[in-house]
Amino acid sequence: MSPTIYLLLSALLFAIGAVGVLVRRNAIVVFMCIELMLNAVNLTLVTFSRINGSLGGQIMAFFVMVVAAAEVVVGLSIIMAIFRTRRTTSVDDANLLKY
Amino acid sequence: MSTLLAAAPMTGGGEMTTGESVAFWILGPAALAGGLGMIFARNAVHSALWLVMTMLSLGVLYMVQQAPFLGFTQIIVYTGAIMMLFVFVLMMVGRDASDSVVEVLRGQRLAAAVLGVGLGGLAVAAVAETLSAVGPVGLGPAYGPEARGNVQALGTSIFRDYLLPFELTSALLITAAVGAMVYTFAGQARRKQASQRERVTERLRGPLTGYGSRSGPGVFATADSVATPALLPDGSVAPASLSRIIEATRRERLDADIADVQSDSGPAGDVDARALRGGDGTEVGAGSTHDRLSEGTHDDEGGAR
Amino acid sequence: MSLVTAAAPLPEVLPAEGAAGAAWLLVALPALGALVLFVGGRRTDRWGHVLGVATVVASFVVAVVLFAGSLGLPEEERVRDLGIYDWIAVGALNVEFGLRIDPLSLTFALLITGVGSLIHIYSVGYMSHDPNRRKFFAQLNLFVAAMLVLVLGNGFVTLYLGWEGVGLASYLLIGFYTGRSSAGSAAKKAFLMNRVGDVGLALAIFLLFVELGTTQYAEVFARAGEISPGTLTAITLLLLLGACGKSGQFPLQAWLPDAMEGPTPVSALIHAATMVTAGVYLIARSNPLYNLAPVGQLVVTIIGAITLLIGAIIGCAYDDIKKVLAYSTVSQIGYMMLAVGLGPVGYAAALAHLLTHGFFKAGLFLGAGSVMHGMADETDMRRFGGLWRHMPVTFWTFTAGFLALIGFPFLSGFYTKDLIIEASLTAGPVAGWIFGIATLGAAGLTAFYMSRLMLMTFFGPERWKDLHPRRIDGADLEDPPEHYHPHESVASMTAPMVLLAIGSVGAGAFLVGGERLGHYLEASIGVPVEPHDLPAAFPVGLVPYFATLVMLIGAGLAYVLVGRREVPVERPQRVSLPVRAARADLFANTINEGVIARPGIWLSRALVYLDNRGVDGVVNGIAALLGGSSGRLRRTQTGFVRSYALTILGGSVVLVAALLVVGGAG
Repeated sequence: MSPTIYLLLSALLFAIGAVGVLVRRNAIVVFMCIELMLNAVNLTLVTFSRINGSLGGQIMAFFVMVVAAAEVVVGLSIIMAIFRTRRTTSVDDANLLKY
Repeated sequence: MSTLLAAAPMTGGGEMTTGESVAFWILGPAALAGGLGMIFARNAVHSALWLVMTMLSLGVLYMVQQAPFLGFTQIIVYTGAIMMLFVFVLMMVGRDASDSVVEVLRGQRLAAAVLGVGLGGLAVAAVAETLSAVGPVGLGPAYGPEARGNVQALGTSIFRDYLLPFELTSALLITAAVGAMVYTFAGQARRKQASQRERVTERLRGPLTGYGSRSGPGVFATADSVATPALLPDGSVAPASLSRIIEATRRERLDADIADVQSDSGPAGDVDARALRGGDGTEVGAGSTHDRLSEGTHDDEGGAR
Repeated sequence: MSLVTAAAPLPEVLPAEGAAGAAWLLVALPALGALVLFVGGRRTDRWGHVLGVATVVASFVVAVVLFAGSLGLPEEERVRDLGIYDWIAVGALNVEFGLRIDPLSLTFALLITGVGSLIHIYSVGYMSHDPNRRKFFAQLNLFVAAMLVLVLGNGFVTLYLGWEGVGLASYLLIGFYTGRSSAGSAAKKAFLMNRVGDVGLALAIFLLFVELGTTQYAEVFARAGEISPGTLTAITLLLLLGACGKSGQFPLQAWLPDAMEGPTPVSALIHAATMVTAGVYLIARSNPLYNLAPVGQLVVTIIGAITLLIGAIIGCAYDDIKKVLAYSTVSQIGYMMLAVGLGPVGYAAALAHLLTHGFFKAGLFLGAGSVMHGMADETDMRRFGGLWRHMPVTFWTFTAGFLALIGFPFLSGFYTKDLIIEASLTAGPVAGWIFGIATLGAAGLTAFYMSRLMLMTFFGPERWKDLHPRRIDGADLEDPPEHYHPHESVASMTAPMVLLAIGSVGAGAFLVGGERLGHYLEASIGVPVEPHDLPAAFPVGLVPYFATLVMLIGAGLAYVLVGRREVPVERPQRVSLPVRAARADLFANTINEGVIARPGIWLSRALVYLDNRGVDGVVNGIAALLGGSSGRLRRTQTGFVRSYALTILGGSVVLVAALLVVGGAG
């Protein structure tokens, strides 16, 4: 069996994360779905690293983790700020820019 | 843990060993189940826990794939720190903030399902088509004893080849921390302690003056008192007129008042708001609506009460 | 056309000097009068008419001085050019505002200022009761100034300025009685029909500029040979269209009779003596062009022949004294057009007839005005009769004009009309017969309708005795009298009539006898060709006898048909078809209405419909389409983040699929 199977797993996880972003309304859960997609990409990077015999993929995954951490901090504080003013975390309620 | 690490090929290691296969076929479905559980769980905390499961599985899969440092980082940083942050925020927001089952956007779920399946299928097809024949090289020397292990090799690479990006990430993290604080404290700047004079001014001319003493257009009020709530045209109490500061002492008595008037004047809701005196219930009880109307027009007693 | 078209070499144009340098006064004096009277407004009411008369008389004096100076010059030095200033200098277009002092323009200037002076004097009495007399004189002065610009201008553009100026003055004066709606619509009709002609004139000027790069007479005429024959024919036909509009020639003749809605002095000055002859002037002035374009000349002749017959026929049927005179004018100008169309053989004849016509037709109109003045502004001849006893001066002066017009031997019309008939006989073997019979026949008709007019107005029983004056025009008659009280007009009115009568009697013999006019005009229109020297349809020498005979027949017929019978006061309705046709202006208005007005209205309606439904439809349709599609498109902007995310995912899927397909193909 080839490590390619990890890539298939990664693709499925990514798709699940994408669907989650579309169907969930709680902003925090949406955020978690995004994290899932990032993790799926990390898995891909690690697998590529192994397939190619290079550490570059792992380093890239490392950086993705750092950026994801920063993103989570800021994103969650934004969600908190919205929740404080609107008393809700539903992304559907933040639709004032509509027609 | 050590058995898992042992399952990973320490040298070369392009192809999957049997141990690795076993690990994959246990952890892979677990990760998928975690993902599906996350998007199907109605409760956000449950979603978070399902995600934790996925991340743990992935972390172990990293270790199996010659990336023990990333695997531990995944478990410690992602699962340990970030997911706890999520749960922490969830608890702050309120655990009961669960999604409703009803989808408000028409066709959103169907479209999302179709597109998700399409994306997954396409990606799988793409990978299968292009990479199935690729022979994996394996990290080999970069992972083996020559490189003195994965952590050493990664450290060398980061601090030598990727030093500048690494330093930039530190700037990114500090910025993120500062940004998070700015958002958190936005609108909560501490106000100066107001003097008595300012508070009196605020009391008489500030935003609260409109609630009690002056009734807005379309609102019936029987008295100018700050404590007397305003009434909407259907006789109910206007919530906006209930002051946060001054205790609406009359509210319960008003309820009795309203009931009194309603029983007195026929159909429910058809209430003459000016008949309400906010406590002088005994007076109100007598006489027809018309009488009370004419009485109320020239009676300022309610206001001076 | 077997006419001699070899034009004599054009005389050299010399700069004006001496007295001719003051020629600008001719135009400036009446223009100043008009300006003062228009700007001064009611403040000038008391002395406005005096100023009006004075400026025109002064202008006449200047014209006489210039004329005398011109006579003193050798023949080849009589064409003078007085440049005043560069009017338009834009790129290649360079128009100089200047005056051309030559025998032709001086002749016209004398006619305009001379007859104009007399009519101004007459108007003082005629308009004495009108509260707007000052305005009348202002407009009359404006007309004289514009007419002088027209005839004195040294280029086609200057001529066009005067052309439009007289059109404006004519419009204002026809509609002078603002209280009558008929006057207003007559003014509009005149203006619009003139506009048709003006477009032709303008196009002719444009063509000249395109071909030669200049519009000054001196250069245009000197270089006329450079223009290709086809273009030259087009230019001459367009000029003719302009002439037809201004001179009331077929097919644009319908406005002239309606123009009689204006005050009678206006009819006399503008619509008989001067302005309507501008078309003749235009063609005579452009003679170097016409001499090179035989087709243009032939068309001019034909138009003239048709018009003179139409005018004479319709003139027989009308009962309105002014309208009969108006159609007589149409007919007489037809004579002149026919003559100028004949080329060098006819120019002098046309201009001679123009001058004598100016005298006797102005006299006739003034006489008609005098009759109306004495008969409470009545114009229906059926309500006149036997007036010769009551207004003797009017009667005798009118008779002089009448006899001159019908060509009574040795009066002015006799000489000039004979000249035209003689010239028309030389038009060619067939054309000579046709034009000869047309001109002779029209002479007989002229005698008939003018005799009818005389008989109905001045002779017979006094039909007005049993009738009450009526308000024919809606104008307020203060204290309307119970009966007509015909009376002789005041001296300021009769004096011009007498002077014009003298002119009517003697001008023909003076001008034609000894070829005085022809020789004087040589510098402008070339050496006149004698009809006697050309092959003619029948011997030219017989023309005076034939003309006299035809005139006597016409007058005799009038006496038999009108003079000996009782004239019914009410117009008989049961009449023969030709009379009905003539009463209906030979259906000119009906034809205009049906051929031009109705299709025009239909076209306008169709265009409006096309504009509303087609053009606006497309424009509005595009707007509605965009609006509608935008309204639908904006529904996609739901404001829901998840919708947008869905779109992004959809795009990604498509991209991946595309990459797969492309990669698979590669």
